[in-house]
Amino acid sequence: MATVELTFSALPAHVRTARLVATAIARRTGVEESLLDEVRLAVGEACSRAVEAHRVHCPGEPIRIELRDDSGRFEVTVSDLAPSDEHEQDHPVDLGTLSDSFTQGFGIAVIAGLADDVEVVPSPKGMRIRMSWPASANGQAPA
Amino acid sequence: MDLKLDHHQDDRLTIVEVEGEIDVYTAPRLRELLIDLVNKGNFHLLVNMEKVDFLDSTGLGVLVGGLKRVRAHDGSLELVCTQERILKIFRITGLTKVFGIYASVDEAKEAHGRDK
Repeated sequence: MATVELTFSALPAHVRTARLVATAIARRTGVEESLLDEVRLAVGEACSRAVEAHRVHCPGEPIRIELRDDSGRFEVTVSDLAPSDEHEQDHPVDLGTLSDSFTQGFGIAVIAGLADDVEVVPSPKGMRIRMSWPASANGQAPA
Repeated sequence: MDLKLDHHQDDRLTIVEVEGEIDVYTAPRLRELLIDLVNKGNFHLLVNMEKVDFLDSTGLGVLVGGLKRVRAHDGSLELVCTQERILKIFRITGLTKVFGIYASVDEAKEAHGRDK
């Protein structure tokens, strides 16, 4: 198992960096090219959600990402330190209830729609989003 | 890639050209442009997303916000998009039922003309 850990301060500009790192490692780990867009978007959503939450609750604290290849899976865990009472979007869209800062519930809905395997663990001490995709068994991209 | 924004008038439609990445970092610029256009009386917007490389839920939120603003003036906000990776996000969130999405600017203009 190889693990890359990344921490970044809660600034929107760093979300792009996190996406680029995750996509690069996914490619190197052997995730299929056709899935890389999904990795990029899902990791971006998780990091955006964390940045927004930190900016409200704890702007000075860093956000943490762990990326690992684990027995044929590429796994990403995004952890924040902001108290969370969020719920997954499980009802039809009602335009009247949406605002242009509605990213929280929809971000997780997007992740759930993209990642092959998702676990969202909210808690008063922060949220952890773990997601994974199939990768090559030996953790190496095809030559 | 950063976000490039431009807009021009085409009859009653204001066409907003978007190029690059719409994410938590760049979406505020698109939000500001849409608010500015509405404040200046442009209530029929067509957002061309054919050159958008990346869109996340922050960007979706900005588009929904724009739609709400133009609808308050009996206006419209429609999209041009054929990229599967962008359309997928609209499908996942159910927003394909909220936005008119067209394959080209000409197709959107034609539909808009019919609706007048």
